[in-house]
Amino acid sequence: MTDVDELESVEDFAARARVWLAANMPRTSDDFGGYKAVSRTDEEELAHISHCRDLQRQLYDGGFAGICVPRPYGGLGLTPEHQLAFNQEIRGYEYPADTQVPTLTPCMSVILEFGTDEQKKAHVPPILKGETFWMQFLSEPSGGSDLAGAQTTAVRDGDAWILNGSKIWTTGAWWADWGLCLARTNWDVPKHRGLSVFMLKINQPGIEVHRIEMLNGSKEFCQEFMTDVVVPHSQLIGQVDEGWGVVVRWMFHERTIAGGSKYVTSPAGRPAVALDPTGGPSALIPMAKKRGILGENRVKEMIGESLAITIVGNALTNRITEEVRTGSVSDQAAAITRLWYGVTAVRNSTICFELPGATAVAWSDDEIEFGKIGQRYLMRQASCIAGGTTEMARNAISERVLGMPSERRVDKDIPFRDVPRSAASR
Amino acid sequence: MFPRTADQLLFEETTQKFLDAECSLDTVRDLGSTSSGFEAAYWKRGAELGWTSLVVPESAGGGSVSDQGVKDLALVAYQFGMHAAPGPLLGSNVVAAALGRWGSAEQQADTLSALVSGEEIGAWALAENPPNDTLGTIVLRATPTDGGYLLAGSKSPVESGVEAKNFLVTATGDSGLSQFLVPADTPGLRVIRLNSLDMTKRFAHLEFDGVQVLASTLVGQAGSADQAVDWLTDLAVAIQLAEMCGAMRWAFDTTLEWSFNRYSFGRPLASYQEIKHRFADMKMWLEASLAVAAQAADAVDRDTPDRSDIVSAGKFYVGRYGLELLQDCVQMHGGIGITFDHHLHMFLRRVSTDSMLFGTPGQHAARLTDLHAAREVA
Repeated sequence: MTDVDELESVEDFAARARVWLAANMPRTSDDFGGYKAVSRTDEEELAHISHCRDLQRQLYDGGFAGICVPRPYGGLGLTPEHQLAFNQEIRGYEYPADTQVPTLTPCMSVILEFGTDEQKKAHVPPILKGETFWMQFLSEPSGGSDLAGAQTTAVRDGDAWILNGSKIWTTGAWWADWGLCLARTNWDVPKHRGLSVFMLKINQPGIEVHRIEMLNGSKEFCQEFMTDVVVPHSQLIGQVDEGWGVVVRWMFHERTIAGGSKYVTSPAGRPAVALDPTGGPSALIPMAKKRGILGENRVKEMIGESLAITIVGNALTNRITEEVRTGSVSDQAAAITRLWYGVTAVRNSTICFELPGATAVAWSDDEIEFGKIGQRYLMRQASCIAGGTTEMARNAISERVLGMPSERRVDKDIPFRDVPRSAASR
Repeated sequence: MFPRTADQLLFEETTQKFLDAECSLDTVRDLGSTSSGFEAAYWKRGAELGWTSLVVPESAGGGSVSDQGVKDLALVAYQFGMHAAPGPLLGSNVVAAALGRWGSAEQQADTLSALVSGEEIGAWALAENPPNDTLGTIVLRATPTDGGYLLAGSKSPVESGVEAKNFLVTATGDSGLSQFLVPADTPGLRVIRLNSLDMTKRFAHLEFDGVQVLASTLVGQAGSADQAVDWLTDLAVAIQLAEMCGAMRWAFDTTLEWSFNRYSFGRPLASYQEIKHRFADMKMWLEASLAVAAQAADAVDRDTPDRSDIVSAGKFYVGRYGLELLQDCVQMHGGIGITFDHHLHMFLRRVSTDSMLFGTPGQHAARLTDLHAAREVA
C-alpha cells in the first residue's frame, strides 16, 4: 500500500516533453544547444547569462526543471530515467548549457543532500527558476589540491559566523549570486575535523571579487577576498566541524559533471568537455582541407587520432557511468573519466596546434582562426588542472579504485594549527 | 568485458575452465616450439564448445548463445587473450562467417561444416605485401577466363597459411572486389612459411603465380564483395580488440599483484607514487579499451551505421595503448620482465601481433578520417 501517486511513465513523460519542447524552446543548429567554449566580452557574457536565466525559467514554467528534485523543493520528484529521457528529447534545442554546472551540480546536489528542510525550501526553488546561480568557494591561494587544508576562517559570533580569508578559481563569481564556501571553524583539531560548509551570498559587504586574467586573455576566473563577512548560522550546511563529510560528497557530485548527474539537463551524447569554437575534432577536417594538407597520411592519422579519442571517450564515460549506477564499481571510478578528459584534451590540443604549424604562431588578419588555435594551445594544461588535477585523479584511482597504499600524511593527526603551511613556517 | 546474459556467463565460464585446464601458460610455452602452434584435438573440442559457430547464421548450420553472435565470440576472444591461447579463432570465424553468408550450397556443405566442427581451420588471405600492405589495398587480380578466373598476386601474412586446406582470398577486378575459396593444393599456388612473433600463431606468404580457379570457387557474386570485405574486416578487428583486452587484463592484474608483493627499500613497489600513477594510467587505458571493444562487438553484431567508426577508433586506441600497457607492465617488473622465463612476453607477443594485423593503429586512424571526410562530401 502506498499513498504516493503513480509516477508518470518515462514514455509518457518523454512524449509530453517532445511536444512541449517543439512548441516552446528555440531550436539550435547543432545537437548540443550551442555548447561551445567561446570567449565573450563582459557585455556578451552578461547577456548570455541572462539568456540562460530565461531558458531555465522556461524549463521551470513548462514543468521540466528539477526532474529528479523532490516535489516539496520545486522539482518533479521523478527518476533518473526520466532525466535521461528528457536529455534525449532536448537534443537540437537551446537549454541553459553554461549554468547547469556548478549551480545544479555540485552546489544544488550538496544542498539537497545536506541541507535542512528549511534550507532546501529556501534555496532550491530559486535555483530551478533560474533566479540564483551558484559558485564553488573551495580552492584557496595557498593550495588547490589540498582542499582539507583550507585556511579561510569562520568564527562564531552569536547567531552568526564571521568569515575571513580568500578563495580562488571561482568561475563567474563576478556575476553569480551565491557560493558554497568551505571554511575552517576549528584550528585546534586535525585538518579534516575542523571544517564547515556555508552558503554565502556573494554580493554583500566584506566580499571583494577580483577578476584573474589568464594567459590567453580570458577573465572568467575570479579570486575573492573576504573581510569580516557576516554569515547567519542558518546558512551553515551540515554540522559544525563536520564539513569534510560534506566536501567528500561535494567532490563526488563534481566528478559527475563529466556525465551521470541526475540533476543536470544536458543533451544526450553531448561531449563532456565543451567543443572548442572551431567545432572540435571534426572541424579539423575542414581546416586541413583549407590548408591543402588533408591528403597527407601524417595529417589523416593525427585527425583520426583526435576523432578516435572522442569515440573511445564516449564509450568509457558510458561504461563507467553505468557501472557506478548499477553499483558494480565504486563511485571513485569517476576519477578514471576525470583523468581521461584531462589527458585526452591535452593530446587534442597538441594535434590541433601541430596541424596548422607556423600559422598558429604568426597569422594574418585573414587567419584569425589559426591564431586562436595557438592561443588555446598555451592553455593546454588547463584541462589537467581545473576541477581537480590529474595527479589527484591518479591518486584516487590508485588508492581508492586499485587499493594501493595511501601516501604518507604528515598533517593527519596533529592540530591544523601545527601543520607546516610554508617553507618559512617549518 | 560487458554485462552478460545468464547464457553468456555460462558460455564464457565454460570456455574459461576449458582453457584453464587445456592451455596453461606452460602448455602455451611448449606449443611455441611446435610447427602448427596448436593441436587438432584441442581445436575440435573448442569447436564443440561453440567457438566456431557463433557468427554463422543458423540457416547455414551455425548458432549463437545470445542471438548476438559477435558479442558471444568477443567473450571467447577475451578469454583467448587472458590465456594467450592457441588456435585459429580469428581465421576460422571470419571464413565461416563469409561462407555462412555468401558461400554456395556446396561450399557450405563441405568447407563450412568442416570449419564449424573444427575438422578444418579457416585462413583469411586479405593482407598483401609492402608496398600494398595498407589497410584496404588489394592488388591481387582476378581475371575472368573460360570456366573460371586467373588469380595473380600475393597474400601475406596469412594466419594458419601452412595448415589450412582452403583460403578465403580477396581479389580485385574491373568492377570491384571478389572473394574466392581456393584449395591450398591448387596448381601454381605456393605457400611459404613465415617466422612470427606470437608464441603460437603461425603465418605464411601465399604466391599466386597465375593460378587458375574454377568459377565455383567464387564466394558470392564476382566484383560485388566490397561491403562484405569491409564487414569481415570489422569483424576481424572486433575479435582482435577483445583478445587484446584479455591479454591487457592478464598483464595488468598480474603486474598489480606483483607491485604489492615486491619490496624495495623496505616498502612495496605499490607504495611509490610514481608507480601508483603509472598504474592509474594503465587502469584508464584498460577501462577505455574494454569500453570501446565492447561497443565495437555490439556495432559489428548489429551492423550499425557507425560500425566502422567505432571499430577503427577501437583499433587505433587499443592497438596503441594496449601495447603501452604491456610495455609498462614489463617496466614495472624490471629485469625479470624481459626474460623468456617470465610469462609476460607471451601476452606482449599476442598484443603486438593483433595490433599490427588487419590495419595498424595509424592506418585505422587514417580510415576514420576518410570515413568522416567522405560523409562531409556526401
